[in-house]
Amino acid sequence: MSTTTAAPRPSHRPALGGLTWTFLSLEIRRVLRNRRTLVFILLMPPVFFVLFGLPQRGQTFGNGSPVTGYVMISLAVYGAMVATTSAGAMVGVERVQGWSRQLRLTPLRPAAYVAAKVITAMVLGLLAVAVEFTVGAVFGVRMPVNVWLIAGLAAWLGSLVFAAFGLFMGYLAPAENVLQVLGPILAILAMFGGLFVPLEILPHTLQMIAKFTPVYGVGQIARSPLTGGGFNTVAAANIAAWTAAFGFGAARLFRRDTARN
Amino acid sequence: MSMTTTPAVDLRGLTKSFGAVTAVRGLDLRIEQGEVVAFLGPNGAGKTSTLDMLLGLSKPTAGTVEVFGRSPFEAIAGGRVAAVMQSGGLLRDLTVAETVEMTASFFGYSRPVREVLHRAGIADIAGRRVGRCSGGQQQRLRFAMALLPDPDLMVLDEPTTGMDVEGRRDFWTAIRADAQAGRTILFATHYLEEADVYADRIVLIRHGEVVADGTAAEIKALSAGRMVRATLPGADEVRLAALPGVDSVEVRGDRVVLHTGDSDDVARYLLTRTPARDVEITSRNLEEAFLALTTSGGTR
Repeated sequence: MSTTTAAPRPSHRPALGGLTWTFLSLEIRRVLRNRRTLVFILLMPPVFFVLFGLPQRGQTFGNGSPVTGYVMISLAVYGAMVATTSAGAMVGVERVQGWSRQLRLTPLRPAAYVAAKVITAMVLGLLAVAVEFTVGAVFGVRMPVNVWLIAGLAAWLGSLVFAAFGLFMGYLAPAENVLQVLGPILAILAMFGGLFVPLEILPHTLQMIAKFTPVYGVGQIARSPLTGGGFNTVAAANIAAWTAAFGFGAARLFRRDTARN
Repeated sequence: MSMTTTPAVDLRGLTKSFGAVTAVRGLDLRIEQGEVVAFLGPNGAGKTSTLDMLLGLSKPTAGTVEVFGRSPFEAIAGGRVAAVMQSGGLLRDLTVAETVEMTASFFGYSRPVREVLHRAGIADIAGRRVGRCSGGQQQRLRFAMALLPDPDLMVLDEPTTGMDVEGRRDFWTAIRADAQAGRTILFATHYLEEADVYADRIVLIRHGEVVADGTAAEIKALSAGRMVRATLPGADEVRLAALPGVDSVEVRGDRVVLHTGDSDDVARYLLTRTPARDVEITSRNLEEAFLALTTSGGTR
């Protein structure tokens, strides 16, 4: 017979709510194992660069910057946004598969789970930017070091908006095929963000609408070191507004999801 | 300080409604530490709803849940309770070992990965992708994950659903071996035989209420023997209950229902010493008793 006095037990509560290196490395290994993800994030954007960027080799903008650099940065932003969106949206897939429920039977804190998803998304986003830039460099894109750095950082950090977007969509519409739904949405957003063709060639009305879509800000800021546009207030406001919107939306849905009903 | 034992599970007046549907109605259940209890009932009896509340996965509409004297959330955070759920809850793109490794990382303290894989009998498929594992292997994986915090209470919701006979037997062998270490086990099942063979105590549930609670032998006794029904206005319940072989007497208006091991004696008594008429004698086996106890219209 045991008594109410419990024997001293080791602590079961994990440090940092369960956000450990083991957890993170396994999560990253998982996303890298997904062949479809790799095709869309690490293979397609470089192929696009070869198909649509390379033919413009040798052409420059008025300030002497290479057009191939413009295409490369745009596609890096595209790769990063697809990467972070799909990694964030994994929460929806995991809800459908019952993994989220399984996690509630462990001491893992919901906030640590979301943090792991965001970090994984950002690692995948960084990889997407790095791969695109490497392919660009290999195929002859030449730009000043500070342009590489600032554009790369902007493309990468800007994709945080889409990590939030992915989480938001994952909590909003949990489904196994969430990525299939998101694919076309991302393509349209990328179009409005000027990632596939320069916005300047779109009709004026579409250009105006584009300024209010979520990819616009990231695209503009990432390319600004190359185009020499300087600090773009509209683009910065765009990023801030969409990060706030998706972040707030994701947080609300996350709280609804973790509330025991 | 008193030396009273904190029950492993203490459910009081537990109620769960989903809109107009009440899945669990005022259920009381106390499970002592070290018991192996089967939660037996047909599909839709409220077993899973009850276990969900016990594990803190859903909130009771009314009533209280205590696990080792604490809330389910604290019991889980403290690693005192673990569960093997019916289906889902696994990531197909991880291997068996990686799944256990990841789950172990969520606990501040856990048993070694290799040890739980071995105890669940899946050490040989540690490197296999979860998506390529059979239903039985996935279930053992869930069991391995539940072993990680070395819980005092293990809850299993229909753990052998979808397994073949051999898989089922192997699974229970592993569970029984584990229970000998003194772990409290509560498992839901709709297989009468499973409850009979593997549990020390059976709690029968129907329409969200406990309809019978006892050892396997007691439940069997309840269901063995025969039922004698008769019309007998003004029946003397005490007198009838005192007849040899009679286990229970129920009086419903003019009808009496006697549960007895000796239906001949009871019938003879009723027909010769009382004005009883319309005497009916029916027998029932274990399966019928279970059905009677767990389906609507059955006796209580």
